[in-house]
Amino acid sequence: MDNNSVLEMRGICKYFPGVRALQQVDFTLREGEIHALMGENGAGKSTLIKVLTGVYHKDAGEVYLKGSDRPVNIRSPQEAQNIGISTVYQEITLCPNLTVAENMYIGRTKGIFTDWKKINADAGKILNDLGIPAIPGQQLGSCSIAVQQMIAIARAVDMNCKVLILDEPTSSLDEQEVSKLFKLMLDLKKKGVGIIFVTHFLEQVYEVCDRITVLRDGMLVGEYIIEELPRVKLVSKMLGKDFDDMADIKSDSDTEKIDYSETPVYEAKQLAGTTGIKPFDFSIHKGEVNGFTGLLGSGRSECVRAIFGADKVTGGEVLIDGKPVRIKKPLDAMKHGISYLPEDRKRDGIVGDLSVRDNIILALQVMKGFFRPFSRAQAEEFADQYIKLLNIKTASSDTPIKSLSGGNQQKVILARWLLSNPVYLILDEPTRGIDIGTKVEIQKLVLKLAAEGKSVTFISSEIDEMIRTCSRLVVLRDGKVVGELKGDELTQNKIMATIAGGES
Amino acid sequence: MSSNSFQIPKLKKADRAPMTDTKVLLIITIAVFLVMYFCAVVFLGKGFTKPQTFFNILNENAALIILSCGMSLVMITGGIDISVGQVTALVCMSCAVHLDYHGGSVFTALLIALGIGLAFGLVQGYLIAYLKIQPFIVTLAGLFFAKGMTTIVNATQFNVENEEFKALKATRITVPGMGSINKTGVYVPAYVEIGVIVALLVVIFLFALLRWTKLGRSFYAVGGNNQSANMLGINVTHTKFMAHLLCGFLAGIGGFVYFMHVGSGSPSHAAGAEMNAIASSIIGGTMLTGGVGNIIGTLFGVLALSTIKNIVSSLGLDEAWWTNITIAAMLCIFLLVQSVVLARKNNKK
Amino acid sequence: MSSNTVKNQRSLGNMAKSVIRKQIFIPIAALFLLVLFNLIADPSFFQISYQPNSEGFNVLSGNIISIIDRASELVILAIGMTLVTSASGGQDISVGATIAIAGSVVLRVLCGSNTRPETLQAPIIVAFLVCAVVSMIFGAFNGVLVSWFKIQPMVATLILFTAGRSIAAWINNNELPVISDPKFAYYGNFIPGIPVPTPVFISILCMIAIALALKFTNLRLYCQSVGINPNSSRLNGINPQMIKFISFVILGLCVAVAGFIKVSRLSTINYSVVAKDIEMDAILAVALGGNALGGGKFNMTASIIGAYVIQFLTTTLYKYDVNSEAISAYKAVVVIILVVLSAPIVREKLGEFKKKIIPSKAVSKEAV
Repeated sequence: MDNNSVLEMRGICKYFPGVRALQQVDFTLREGEIHALMGENGAGKSTLIKVLTGVYHKDAGEVYLKGSDRPVNIRSPQEAQNIGISTVYQEITLCPNLTVAENMYIGRTKGIFTDWKKINADAGKILNDLGIPAIPGQQLGSCSIAVQQMIAIARAVDMNCKVLILDEPTSSLDEQEVSKLFKLMLDLKKKGVGIIFVTHFLEQVYEVCDRITVLRDGMLVGEYIIEELPRVKLVSKMLGKDFDDMADIKSDSDTEKIDYSETPVYEAKQLAGTTGIKPFDFSIHKGEVNGFTGLLGSGRSECVRAIFGADKVTGGEVLIDGKPVRIKKPLDAMKHGISYLPEDRKRDGIVGDLSVRDNIILALQVMKGFFRPFSRAQAEEFADQYIKLLNIKTASSDTPIKSLSGGNQQKVILARWLLSNPVYLILDEPTRGIDIGTKVEIQKLVLKLAAEGKSVTFISSEIDEMIRTCSRLVVLRDGKVVGELKGDELTQNKIMATIAGGES
Repeated sequence: MSSNSFQIPKLKKADRAPMTDTKVLLIITIAVFLVMYFCAVVFLGKGFTKPQTFFNILNENAALIILSCGMSLVMITGGIDISVGQVTALVCMSCAVHLDYHGGSVFTALLIALGIGLAFGLVQGYLIAYLKIQPFIVTLAGLFFAKGMTTIVNATQFNVENEEFKALKATRITVPGMGSINKTGVYVPAYVEIGVIVALLVVIFLFALLRWTKLGRSFYAVGGNNQSANMLGINVTHTKFMAHLLCGFLAGIGGFVYFMHVGSGSPSHAAGAEMNAIASSIIGGTMLTGGVGNIIGTLFGVLALSTIKNIVSSLGLDEAWWTNITIAAMLCIFLLVQSVVLARKNNKK
Repeated sequence: MSSNTVKNQRSLGNMAKSVIRKQIFIPIAALFLLVLFNLIADPSFFQISYQPNSEGFNVLSGNIISIIDRASELVILAIGMTLVTSASGGQDISVGATIAIAGSVVLRVLCGSNTRPETLQAPIIVAFLVCAVVSMIFGAFNGVLVSWFKIQPMVATLILFTAGRSIAAWINNNELPVISDPKFAYYGNFIPGIPVPTPVFISILCMIAIALALKFTNLRLYCQSVGINPNSSRLNGINPQMIKFISFVILGLCVAVAGFIKVSRLSTINYSVVAKDIEMDAILAVALGGNALGGGKFNMTASIIGAYVIQFLTTTLYKYDVNSEAISAYKAVVVIILVVLSAPIVREKLGEFKKKIIPSKAVSKEAV
């Protein structure tokens, strides 16, 4: 073992029924470095991490830790914690019914008793240190998601870990919180902690990481020092092909000119809801792609949810093709040709145990009515058509959707809404947690739909993506619309400035 | 690091942590019980002013308190155990047969009771935690099994004549400083049975367990979100197993306490006790979804349940159906209150 | 070549696996085992005779007939329970108590104020309709608590479980009405001239009704979606509350039918005993059918077969003179064996065990 490395994994293999999730993967983490683990969905990142944290058991290979010559065998997350490997996952893995302090200390204190005074004091200290706005005695469930995430990190940090794994920790944090997290990561790095950073945000990788290991299809592509691997190269390593798709996209959107003088397909006047957004005006025209942007928690999801009737609407007027309508629940919106792809795929999108087929026909079926089910053959036809059209990778249309990868699940949800043939499609973070290949496919699809005359509202936390796809952006801050940008104004700097609160 | 970065922020009153769900529900339960008892004293007078009335409620329900505590434990971990009532019946019958037909001693009878409880706890716990079979089904089978076994042990009811046991059953412990003057003007001190002491010890023990031990906190964590609990390094399987084991063991203790109170064995003993235990736990603020609950609440849940029974019967509505209907109505109201309170609390966020 | 044989074996193994994995395998296997046991122990178990009954006309009788007859109420309840389980992810434990209410209502309507009338005070159909409405209202009560107040089904139905039998007694002022008109007994026994017990026909009607409902409406898709993921169901235009509510109302209707059969069998009612523990049997039927009690996907046929398995078991035990109270102990043992065998973890382990055996067999075959 290298004296400098804190963790070495050699020849790791992991098989699932019918799948080789990991094949002969090597991974080395050095003391005091931030090491990005990159790869598309299904490349084996999460499997590797789960092997390392004892959630999965490897089928072959060895793991060495600093300070021991013999390989370690990690059988459970608890064991991993004990030998200094801590993980913070994308989904909150804390207990909402316990207090903040307990969540930081449960499962890792010695003895059989819980010393409330001590853990409250210790937790208070750490929270204060890291600037996390939470009270030790507070029930975790009453904190915001971002704060819960920070608490998870605080827990890991406090465990004096040698290896800290951050599995997509930034996907629910806003920019300020991300920079706070990065500062924390750099601090830890100075203390000699090795950090494995898994993320889909390329910018973030180049901001903090020292080294990158790329996986593809369960195999190691290589380990690189960050300075030696420009972005384009990284992407091509991840995809396994030369990468020029991104460049293609922009040109498409400019070809179509939108006629703003026409009656909008959808128009909302002073739409108000109960979810903390101020009444807002919004409209979209035929063939237009526009978007809501703003920091996390600025109300962009809440706005589109109000449009779709997903949350309670308390006031305002909605016009479709100039005619006033009432949208009180999702079915109303669907009947008026509005579709909504929700932000949280797992919670709001998929119906996990149902087959891909049932998931695809669900929305259209509901619109058709309770007493008029599709025949099996018809459903099969719809499903096959869209599986082919969107290139969904699934064993069959009978496979439960939950066994598909994230990107393919997202495509199924897209298929569901395309099948219902909407005039206005709302896509809330359709590219979140999805590999780059699928991201590009989805962006292209959005532009293609617009070219066919459909209207699309597109939301993404990646500003690049928004600029590439949208012709108009509504900027939100603290639940309020603070500006609208279009044409030449659509530059990264201008958007940032508007979000941050310059004059608009 | 500089020393002032370690300063704990001083909490102002407004800055205090909001109450946990468990606390909110506990306070509601205690308040309701007190109001109910107060109303009983004011409007029904006589009986309810005597301390003995209150202690009789304890005497009658010592076993139910113990069973409900066990139920709360498994409910906090997100499980359920519907076998406790029939296990109680089985314990009574086995002990009765042991004492009278086999000439056993009280001590061995106690061992049998605890053994039966532990056996149920072990098997059910193993099936639920290690083989991951739904708790409802496993304990339903446990209920059927205990019920059948009770009849197989002995099919008819009989009173225990063992002298040693009768002495134990008749033992009364005077409550210092409490009592009332009866019709003939003699001061009669209030008393409780041994079972009540056992029940209170169980409550204290479990309260401490849930509050201050890691195992107790693990119960909450597992009930709150068992995947998270696993990630946090808690052995979920073991924790669930322990909850069901404890519940079974408590059913054994509860069974013996019940036996000491009634002094007989019968297949129909403690019929429906599991539902009373579930009802008490719920009234006491335990949520069947897991992760929320409190043993003190459960104690008050049992008290509230039995107070309402007493009120109903002292109103002269003696028919059995009135008791059931009032309990059901009360359960209904509590469930609605819980659901509304929690919904409002969550909305505020 | 060797790779080819391995492939063949694998596909055979897969086929066997897919048969075993089929949800319906568990109840059918259980049924098969029971039949096998009875065949070996005493083949006369399956004898069916055709002879005059007490009314003087020829009817079929025998253990098998009695199983199919006695299982009727359970089958009907299992249908409703499966839907409730699927949509709400919980079970209704009040069905036994609400059967008492349903039966009590039937008797109340038929008897009027007199507890032992010479003639029926109302047409039977009216009595049934009233009972259906009342049962559905009680079902709706459970449904409202579960869907709009978001109370766990087991807890919500605990209310009626506690109060139901008392309400039933209260409906008839705690008296026990008896109906002497033989026409009322047709529904629970035999219609003169027809050799098959009427409840069998009623249960078959119910099965046909649910089969049609599942085929010609989206009941299955809606219930499953709501049970699996209420959030995304709502965003797809389904009203999860409404679906849960409807499943409870349907169960209420099933309860009405079952209650009607129950009182018709005896022409009277015993509030504390009628349909006792039937809720447990109904839930067992759903579980035996391999349906997840946590909601979501369901297999109606498997539930129905599960109900017959339970009755088969009960009748078998009765035949061996097991005390009616002690029967539950044996039932429990059978249930535990079944659920343990069908537990995913145990199946996995058995699978590994099989793997260890099969390769050795393959080797021996090749050697030959």
